[in-house]
Amino acid sequence: MSAPVEGRRARRARRPRAIWLGWLFAAPAVIMYATFVLRPLLLTVQYSLYDWNGIGASTWVGLDNYRRLLTDEDLFSSILHAFELIIFFSGIPVVLGLFVAATIRDIAQSRLAVIARTVLFLPQVIPLVAAGIMWSWLLSTTGTANELLSAVGLGDLTRAWLGDFDTALPAVGVIGAWVLVGLCTLLLLAGMSKIDPSLYEAARLDGAGPIREFLSITLPSLRQEIGVCVTVTVIAALASFDIVYIATQGGPGNTTMVPGLEIYYLAFSEREVGMASALAVALIVLVLACVLPIQRFTRDGSR
Amino acid sequence: MTTTLRENLTGRILLVLLMAITIMPFGSLFVTALHPSGTYPSGLSWPADPQWGNFLDAFQAADMGALLHSSVLIVVGVVPASLLFGTMAGFAFGHLRMPGHRAGFLIFVLGLTLPFEGIITPLYYQIRDMGLLNTRWAIILPLIGLFMPFSVLWMRAHFVTMPADLSEAARVDGAGTWQLFRRVHVPLAMPALSSLAILLFLWTWNQFLLAIVLVDDPAKRTMAGALGAFQGQWGTDIPLLCAGALLILVPTLTVFLVFQRRFVAALLQGSIKG
Repeated sequence: MSAPVEGRRARRARRPRAIWLGWLFAAPAVIMYATFVLRPLLLTVQYSLYDWNGIGASTWVGLDNYRRLLTDEDLFSSILHAFELIIFFSGIPVVLGLFVAATIRDIAQSRLAVIARTVLFLPQVIPLVAAGIMWSWLLSTTGTANELLSAVGLGDLTRAWLGDFDTALPAVGVIGAWVLVGLCTLLLLAGMSKIDPSLYEAARLDGAGPIREFLSITLPSLRQEIGVCVTVTVIAALASFDIVYIATQGGPGNTTMVPGLEIYYLAFSEREVGMASALAVALIVLVLACVLPIQRFTRDGSR
Repeated sequence: MTTTLRENLTGRILLVLLMAITIMPFGSLFVTALHPSGTYPSGLSWPADPQWGNFLDAFQAADMGALLHSSVLIVVGVVPASLLFGTMAGFAFGHLRMPGHRAGFLIFVLGLTLPFEGIITPLYYQIRDMGLLNTRWAIILPLIGLFMPFSVLWMRAHFVTMPADLSEAARVDGAGTWQLFRRVHVPLAMPALSSLAILLFLWTWNQFLLAIVLVDDPAKRTMAGALGAFQGQWGTDIPLLCAGALLILVPTLTVFLVFQRRFVAALLQGSIKG
C-alpha cells in the first residue's frame, strides 16, 4: 500500500516542474480552440459595435446595432420564429418520445425494438440538408403529404405547405420534429431501462394505474434524460440553419427567417457585418440563457 | 395479464407507425428518383417505367467521384487531428491535473453550446486573411477548433475514471509522461476514442454552414455542402435531384448500417455527455 505514496514523493522530488507538463499536452487543443473559436468569438463581439460593410472603413456605433435588433420588426421576428420552432423541435419530440417510450418500454428487448433502434436513428445520420430536400418534395403541391390528405377526403386542406404564409414555419418545424423524435425516443427508452422494475411492481401492488405509474415513477426517474433531450433539441431549434436554408430560404416573405439564416444573409449578401455580429451575439446569449437553467434543473435533481 | 398484453400490442403498433413515418420520406425520395427526368411526379406512385439510369445521370451531374474524394480528404484532415488533440488535452485535464486545470477545462466547456453561426462572420474574414478561402483547409482547421470542446469533454470524462495507481506503477517502472500516455493510457482509451471517432466523422461529413460560406467550389466541400450546391443547380429537375440526394446519402447510410451498434451507442452517449 505504501508503494504509490513513495512513487508520488519520488516524482515530486525528481521533477518539480513536471506538474506544469499537463499544459504541454493541452497546448494543441488550446491553440486550435483559441485560434478558431475564441478569437472569432471575441471579434464577433467587437464587430457588433461597429457599422462595417466588410470592405471599407468601419464606424463605431456603440450599441446601435443591438437597439436596431430590438426595434426592427424583421430582425426581431427571426428570434421569435426560433422560439416558435422550439415547440416543434423540442416540444413534439420530447412529449411524443415520452409517450412512445413509455408504451414500448415492456418490449424494449424484443426483435422489433432492436430494428426500431436502427430505423429511428436514420434521420440522425443523414445530413440535415438531405432531410430538407426530402421534405421539400414531400410537402410540395404534388407531394405525398397532399396525396395522403386527398386520399382520406381532406383534399380541401392541400396546399404548398412550405410556400404558404400560414403554414411555412410549422412545416419547417415538422421537418425538425421528424429528425429529432427518434433520438428522443431512444434516449428516453435507454433511461427507462435503468429504472428498477421493483418500483413498478410495488406500484401495481398498491393499485396504481398506468397513468399514475407514469407520473410518479417514470417521469421523475427520467429527469436527467429529459434534460438532455430538451437541451439538445432547444439548441437545434434556436441555431437552426440547414433545414431552413434548403426548404424555404426564410420565405415566403419573412415567415421562416431564423437568426442563423439572417446572420448568413446580413453578413454575406447584404454586407452588414456589424448587424450580423450583433444578431450572432444575441443568438449565443439566447442559447446560453435557455440551456443553463435546464442544466441546473436536471443536475440538482440528480444530486 | 390481459392489460400487459394489450399494452404490448399498442406499443408494437405505435412503434411500427413511428418507423413508417421515419422511413416514408426516404421511400418518397426513392420512388421519385425513378421517374423520367424533368417530370413532376406526384406523391408515392411507382413509375410505369422506372428510370434506373437517373442514378447514373445524377452521379455524373454531381461529379460524385470528386465529391467523395473531397469529403474523404476533409474527414482525414479533421478526425485524426481532433482525436489526438482532444485525447491529449483530456488526459491533461482529467489525469495530470496541472495547476489551473479547472479553469482551463471550464473555458472549453463554455464552447459546448456555441452555435456555429455565432462565429461564422469573423471566421470568414480570418480565413480570408490567412489566404485559405476556397481551400479544404478553410473547413478542416476551423472544424478541429470547433470540435475541441466536445472532444476534450468526452476524453476527460474517460480519463477521470482511470485509477491514479495505474500511472504510479508505470512511473515506478521509469516511464516518462509521454510514454505513460502513449503506451498505457491511449490503449485503454480505445472504446471512448472509437465512439468519438464515429461522432466526429458524422459531424464532419454532414457539415453544411462552413462549407457553403468558406468554400465556393462544390468539389472542395463536404458531402452536405455539395448537396446544397447540387440542389441550387438541379433544383428544378426533381427526379434527378432526388437521385442525387440518395446517392449522396449512400456512403453515410452504408457506414451507419455496418457499424450500427457502435453508432447508436455513440450517438446516445454523445448526446448525454454533450
